[in-house]
Amino acid sequence: MSAQELSRDQHLEIYYWMRLTRTFDDRMLALWKQGRGVGGTFSQRGHEAISVGAGYALGPKDVVAPMHRDLGCYLLRGLSPRRAFASLLGRATGVTAGRDANLHGMGDLSLGLIGFISHLPQSLPVTLGVAMSFLYRDEPRVAMTFTGDGASSAGLFHEVLNMASLYNAPMVIIVENNQYAYSTPLSQQMKVPDIARRADGYGIPGIIVDGNDVEAVYAVTKEAVERARSGGGPTLIEAKTMRMLGHAIHDGAEYVPRELLAEWEKRDPIRLYEERLLSAEICDQAELDEIGRRCEVEIEDAIAYAEASPWPDPATVLEGVYAP
Amino acid sequence: MTDTAQTFGFSEAVQQDESRVMTYIAAISEALRYEMRRDPDVLILGEDVGGEFGGAFKVTKGFEEEFGPRRVMNTPLAELGFTGMATGMALMGLRPVIEMQFADFISTAFDSIVQFAATTHYRWGGAVPWVIRAPCDGGIRSGPFHSQNPEAWFVHTPGLKVVAPGTPADAKGLLLAAIRDNNPVIYFESKPLYRSLKGYVPPDDYVVPLGRANVARAGDELSIITYGTQLQESLKAAERLAAEGIHAEVLDLRTLKPLDTEAILTTVRKTGKALIVHSANRMAGVGAEVAAFIAEHAFEWLDGPVQRLGGLDTPIPFSPPLEDAYRPNADKIYRLARDLAQY
Ligand SMILES: Cc1ncc(C[n+]2csc(CCOP(=O)(O)OP(=O)(O)O)c2C)c(N)n1
Ligand SMILES: [Mg+2]
Repeated sequence: MSAQELSRDQHLEIYYWMRLTRTFDDRMLALWKQGRGVGGTFSQRGHEAISVGAGYALGPKDVVAPMHRDLGCYLLRGLSPRRAFASLLGRATGVTAGRDANLHGMGDLSLGLIGFISHLPQSLPVTLGVAMSFLYRDEPRVAMTFTGDGASSAGLFHEVLNMASLYNAPMVIIVENNQYAYSTPLSQQMKVPDIARRADGYGIPGIIVDGNDVEAVYAVTKEAVERARSGGGPTLIEAKTMRMLGHAIHDGAEYVPRELLAEWEKRDPIRLYEERLLSAEICDQAELDEIGRRCEVEIEDAIAYAEASPWPDPATVLEGVYAP
Repeated sequence: MTDTAQTFGFSEAVQQDESRVMTYIAAISEALRYEMRRDPDVLILGEDVGGEFGGAFKVTKGFEEEFGPRRVMNTPLAELGFTGMATGMALMGLRPVIEMQFADFISTAFDSIVQFAATTHYRWGGAVPWVIRAPCDGGIRSGPFHSQNPEAWFVHTPGLKVVAPGTPADAKGLLLAAIRDNNPVIYFESKPLYRSLKGYVPPDDYVVPLGRANVARAGDELSIITYGTQLQESLKAAERLAAEGIHAEVLDLRTLKPLDTEAILTTVRKTGKALIVHSANRMAGVGAEVAAFIAEHAFEWLDGPVQRLGGLDTPIPFSPPLEDAYRPNADKIYRLARDLAQY
């Protein structure tokens, strides 16, 4: 497993991104409970190993289109917590300068990031196009995107798997199977238990991975990224996990059995990774605590920055509809 | 002849160059080939566009041979997917030209167009410089699903540009402008004009800027404001009106989004009467927007009610007597214009 190639520094880096994502998420939810949020937002809880593990497998010139549970991926691509928080609060300093809501639209091509739209799974064909531009120009780059179990039932998902396979596109698709699409459990979405099997119909590898094990997610994604980069075509990776909170901030998710959540809580991706880092003696508790403190400071700074940031000037509302 | 020469800005001498007289569809092919030779980032994708076949209407015949399969991509039947794919390519700086086999099928790609491509620059600054070529319009007995004019859906959508050439020269000039524009542009090309209309087309780098209408015929008693297929019908009607001493001005919008509002104001202020004509059905069509604009901005210049002529508000019928009843044509334009002139 290529995860074994991870150096100590890389391990700590991965841990830092997961912890930063969790801290961001916790503080974001607290802020919203205090009525300091704007509109809605999506909790990331439980998805940190996927967004960070998969995102970490990309090279600096690769391009990724994350979805609404992939804050970790945005952060590790270099989107600062300050800009991200300012986006959430609709400020002029946010990625979209107040034009797009919550985590939507956080695109920045200088960071290799494509912003998503609500319509699922619209990021898929766009990512395919990014991959096709790499083929067109003979560039050894890879395009990656994330999608949900719910979105994997849309026709577009299948159009894209077919075309990615047909064109041998250098593309990696991560399906975050968190057991629910809003309130609808997997059993009411499809008869096949493994979404990865949908890859079989298109003649591409379909891989299942434990979405709460960051090293495993990193390893399979790294392999898929290298396969894509070396001309081996697309891969579908199904990362199985659990959405630990509601679909979005307004949703108490009463429809999710509490026992199910309790089971998954034992497998919290950040705690699992901490245990692994400690038991393998990659670092000690003091180092983990120190990283935790760093994350707290960064997120507090980001919130202060975002709340002090100006609102967008209504006089600019017409600006930017068209590219010059 | 003089009107045309003036408005297109070609000298009559140049227009006599017989070798540059070509069909509307040949002008489209010429523009595509010209731009692909000039700019290696331009590529074509769509159903059946490649190989020997060269597209349902043969617009790209011979292209794969010249440019190779990488630049002339056959796609599976998956409009939503390949339009979204073009958006990804465009975000990376390529300039895909998508051939929608018929404009009617563009509805299957709706999300990729109006939700993703149209909003991206406003939301986060990503430019999406693709063009969709959409062969539109009927009158050729093709029935409800091969005759449509869905331009109003896209004119309604911020972030898109929409063009509808009505002459071979504009077919070329607007296509070059559309490909070079840094925004998603929907290019409605008229199937009925493909091989029925011939005209002089300037050689080489001939660009008709987006957003500029053209006075296709000058007149001072009423304005017929139109585009696409109905330009030719309007010109025929104006000819007949002229024979009766009624001088109609024909304004060819050419670009439907952004609208050339200055040109609309200029012609309406000049004539005081406006008839708007398009093949698409009337309800909430482009004519409604133009009429509202005139009402808002030129009310005091009007000497009669703004009139609209469009397709009927039905699915497009197949059988010749039904389709003829459905469609605007020169005769219907003539009659409405004559009544308006007499108002
Ligand atoms: C085309 C479309 N229909 C409906 C919605 C509303 N919606 C937003 S997220 C969601 C569920 C998505 O489930 P899934 O793909 O599993 O992603 P998850 O939120 O579970 O991560 C729904 C129905 C949408 N965004 N797009
Ligand atoms: Mg889900």
